[in-house]
Amino acid sequence: MPVQDFEQVFQDKIDGEIKIEPKDWMPDAYRKTNLRQISQHAHSEVVGMLPEGNWVTRAPSLKRKAILLAKIQDEAGHGLYLYSAAETLGMSRDEMIGDLHSGKAKYSSIFNYPALTWADMGAIGWLVDGAAILNQVMLCRTSYGPYARAMVRICKEESFHQRQGFESLLVLSKGTDEQKAMCQDAINRWWWPSLMMFGPKDSESTNSDQSMKWKIKRKSNDELRQQFVDMIAQQIKVLGMKLPDEALQWNEQRGHYDFGAINWDEFWAVVKGNGPCNKQRLEARRKAHEQGAWVREAAMAYAAKTAQKKAAAAMQAGALEMA
Amino acid sequence: MNIAIKKFYYGDIPEEKGGTGNYQSTADSHAWPLWEIFIRSKQGLDHKHVGSLHAADAAMAIENARDVYTRRMEGVSIWVVESKYISASNPEEAGELYEPAVDKIYRHPTFYQLPDEVNHM
Repeated sequence: MPVQDFEQVFQDKIDGEIKIEPKDWMPDAYRKTNLRQISQHAHSEVVGMLPEGNWVTRAPSLKRKAILLAKIQDEAGHGLYLYSAAETLGMSRDEMIGDLHSGKAKYSSIFNYPALTWADMGAIGWLVDGAAILNQVMLCRTSYGPYARAMVRICKEESFHQRQGFESLLVLSKGTDEQKAMCQDAINRWWWPSLMMFGPKDSESTNSDQSMKWKIKRKSNDELRQQFVDMIAQQIKVLGMKLPDEALQWNEQRGHYDFGAINWDEFWAVVKGNGPCNKQRLEARRKAHEQGAWVREAAMAYAAKTAQKKAAAAMQAGALEMA
Repeated sequence: MNIAIKKFYYGDIPEEKGGTGNYQSTADSHAWPLWEIFIRSKQGLDHKHVGSLHAADAAMAIENARDVYTRRMEGVSIWVVESKYISASNPEEAGELYEPAVDKIYRHPTFYQLPDEVNHM
């Protein structure tokens, strides 16, 4: 079959809502786009553990500490689901991690912001995970089978992340003046970076069109961002806090909230490596990987040794039987 | 009919279909092998494939599978098998492979028209 025919069969499957599976023929660009997006997503889950890890030993109670640990463990699990999905496209785990550590692969820019106070744990859960969920719910229906299955699993677990975050802020919002101020401050700092999580404006997004045609994505960056603003603008009323945007206003005509301009210069600066914590995050990742090398080697050595012992014992047992 | 069951690593792409990009992984002798994970969610149900993970050996694969796939009591039993031992049919040969079943509609109960008086058969 000529390549055009393969492409037609492929596109027909997509149009007919038939998932693409690892061994199916797919255009090279589809493979590349998925690989880039899934590995980037995996890296985000893994790097996302770092700002939270900072607060494990400083959590205000044992309950909050246990919740935070469970959430961080979930992020590790989500990273693993996604790395496995990406591996089905033919790239090894080592290579992906190498790309993260070399800076070649990106991860969500949001994790390049520092988590300065305990309230940030709540704000991250509510805003950052809340933004991630909207994207992830859409991705449950993405056209690449292993990615969609990983997303379904992730979405089931993610809702706890957002709820615990909101609940944690709710407690602060009813606390002392100091706690209330801390809550508002965290919202102020995380609001705009959360909006940036959805990526560049549709008019400037380079990957969107083809991704929509291939049903890798099903909603545009701006659509998802609007959905997020509408959701949060309502929820913040329950907290009795304010979003740091004077332009935020319900638009009767559109049936949506209008919101202010996003600072895209800041977005691109952080993407390009000049955010407050880019260097620190990558260094922490590299250090963990390098200092864990001996564990990986020892585990392989142990596995080889036990396999050898087992084989020797089986041979001996065989020899005894013969005799 | 020529039934050629080719052996692939899970998710591997036949080289001739890999496109022009070079995705060959760099060999790392310490890289842990990949395992496919199957979970029985409760007694009485089949083990179902849930995903894959890396581990040095079977015991570690089971422990990792517990941590990765059963954090919320999703399972009561775990199977692990190293991915390289999975043999799979080739999607490109699906037409020929399943063709024998296509024209045998008499294998379905609905093929048989019975009088209304015969209930529940």
